[in-house]
Amino acid sequence: MEALRELFRDYRFAVGFVFLVLLAALAFLSFFSPYDPVRWLQVPRDEPPSWKHILGTNAKGQDVFWEATFAIRNSLVVALIAGLVSRVVAVLVGFLAGYKGGVVDRVLMGVADGLLVIPLFLILVLVAMLLREAMTIVNTGLLLAFFGWAWDARTIRAQILSLREREFTQTSLLSGNSTLSLVSKEYVPFTIPLIFSTLISNIAWAIGMEIVLAILGLVRLEIPTLGTMLQWAITRQAMLLGHWWWIATPLALTVILLVALYWLSVSVSEYLDPRMRIQRIGAR
Amino acid sequence: MRFVRDYLIPRLVQYVLVIFFGITAVFLIPRFTGQDPVLEIIAQIQTQGGSLDPIAVRKLTETLQELYGLRGTLWEQYVNMWRRVFHLDFGPSLFQFPTPVSELLRIYLPWTIGLFATSTLLAWLLGNVLGGIAGYFSSQSWSKILDAVIMVIRPVPHYIFGVLLLILFAYVWALFPAGGLMLGRRTVVDLRFVMIILRYSFLPALTLVVLGGAGWFQQMKLLVQNVRREDFVQYAQAGGVKERVIISRYVMRNAMLPQITQLALVLGQVFSGVLMVEMVFSYPGMGLLLYRAVTRGDYNLVMGIAILSIFTITTAVLLLDLLYPLLDPRIRHR
Repeated sequence: MEALRELFRDYRFAVGFVFLVLLAALAFLSFFSPYDPVRWLQVPRDEPPSWKHILGTNAKGQDVFWEATFAIRNSLVVALIAGLVSRVVAVLVGFLAGYKGGVVDRVLMGVADGLLVIPLFLILVLVAMLLREAMTIVNTGLLLAFFGWAWDARTIRAQILSLREREFTQTSLLSGNSTLSLVSKEYVPFTIPLIFSTLISNIAWAIGMEIVLAILGLVRLEIPTLGTMLQWAITRQAMLLGHWWWIATPLALTVILLVALYWLSVSVSEYLDPRMRIQRIGAR
Repeated sequence: MRFVRDYLIPRLVQYVLVIFFGITAVFLIPRFTGQDPVLEIIAQIQTQGGSLDPIAVRKLTETLQELYGLRGTLWEQYVNMWRRVFHLDFGPSLFQFPTPVSELLRIYLPWTIGLFATSTLLAWLLGNVLGGIAGYFSSQSWSKILDAVIMVIRPVPHYIFGVLLLILFAYVWALFPAGGLMLGRRTVVDLRFVMIILRYSFLPALTLVVLGGAGWFQQMKLLVQNVRREDFVQYAQAGGVKERVIISRYVMRNAMLPQITQLALVLGQVFSGVLMVEMVFSYPGMGLLLYRAVTRGDYNLVMGIAILSIFTITTAVLLLDLLYPLLDPRIRHR
C-alpha cells in the first residue's frame, strides 16, 4: 500500500489510473445497453449527436455511444487475454533461459530473436487469413498471445540473469533450498513489478494489433471492438461524408486508452528502477 | 584477421540462419492452423453461387494445390518451396490473374524501400540529435515541454496516428492528397515527377518520422542523462572544453552507439509500421499490396510479400551490422 501511495504522487500514474477507471466504467455500461450491438437498424441512420443519441448514430443504424461501450469492453478482453496468456510464456521462457543458461538459453533466445527480426505483423496476417471465420474475441487474443511474448521474455531473462549473480542465490542454494523454492520464493517476488509493467505495454500492443487486423477484415467484423468500429466507419466512407462522430469516437477512445496505459507503465517502471527505463522504452 | 573471424563470419552465419528459419516459419505456421486455403477458395466460389460438379471440384482442387505448392508430402512441399524462393517464383497473383506475384512485388517493393529507408534514417537522426540535446539540457523548460508532448505521441499506434493526420491534413484542411498515387509507366524522371512523389509521400513519411523519432528521442534523452554524469564529462567541463564540443564529441558519440545496435533490434517492428502507414495513405507500396491481397483472399501474394519482407529486413540488419565497425573504432581495432 505504501508503494501505491508513492505511485499516486506521480501525476502520470494518477492521470493514467483515472482515465483507465473511466474507460472501464464505460465498458461496464455495455451490460445495460438498450440495443443489441450485433443487430442493424435499431435507430435512425447517420444522425449527428443529439440529446437522444449523445454520440450520434452510424450508417448501420446503431447508436454510436452504446456501440462504443461494447467496443471498449471487447477490445479490453482481447488485450487482456493476449497479455495474460503471453505473460505465462514470457515468464517461463525468461526464467528458464535466464536461470539455466547455456544451450537452453541460446536456443530460447534464438527463437525470441527470430520472432523479433521477422516482421511479426505479416505472420499474424498470414495466420489470421486462414483462421478468418474463427477469429472471435478469445481466438484473436490467443493468436496475439502466441506471437507477442518474445520481447518481454528477453526483458525478464535479463532480470533473472542479474538475480542469479547475486549473493543470496548462492546462500539459498548452499543452505539446501531446492531450485524450485528459490525461484518461487526469491525470484518471483523480485520480478512481479517488472512482469506487471511488461503486461501493460503488451496490452497496448495487442490493442493496436487488433485494430490493424480488423482494418484488414481479418477478425469477425460483426463483433464490435475498437478495430471493427473503425473499420466500418472507414469502409462506409465516414470521412468523406463528414460523419465525424462515427469515426472520431473509436479514434479518441483508442488514443485515450493507450496514452493512459502508457503513462501507467512508464510510471511503474520508473518507480522500480530508473535504469530500467531504457529497456522498457525500447519495448514498443 | 581476427575482425573477420570474430565479427564478420558470425554476422553472416546469423543472416543465413534467420532467413532460413524465417522462411521455414512462413512455410510451417499456416500448416499448423489446420485450415486449407484450397478448400476455402472452393467454398468461396460455391457460396458466391457457382455450382460445381464433383469432377470440376477435383480439377480445381488439383490446380489450386499445384498453384499453392500443396502437393506431395510435407517434405516435398518444403523442398519445392525453397526451389521457388530461389527462382523468385511465387506463382501467379489471384487478384490480378495472371500477373506473376514476383512482377507485382518488383513494382511495389522499391516504393516501400524508399519510404522505409528515408523515414527510418530521418527518424533516427532527428530523434537522437534532439533527444541528445534535450537530455543534456534536461532541466530547461523547453526540454520538459518537448518531453511532455512526446509522452502523448509515443503510445499512439501507426495506424491510428496515420488516420489522424489523414483526417487533419487531407480532409479538414486539404493540404495534401488523400492517397491514390497511381503507378504509371514513367520513363522520364523530371522535376514535376519528383514533386508529385514528395506530395504523396509527405504524410506517410511524417507519420513514420514523428512516431519513430519519438521513440529514439526518449531513449537518447535517458542515455545522455546518464552519460552526462560520468567522470570524463565532468573533467572536460572542469578543463574548460567548450559545451558544444562536449555535447557532440564526448556525450552524443558515446550514447549514439548503443542506438545503432538498438535500431537493428527493432527494424522488424519499424517495417511493420511502414506497411500499416502505407495502408492508411494508399501509398503504392507493399502495405497497400498486402491490403489488397488480404481483402481479396490472395494467399499467394501474401506469402510472397512475407518472404520478400523477411529478406528485406534481414538484409537491412546485416547492412547495419557491417556499417557498425566504421562508426565504433573499438570493434575495428579489437
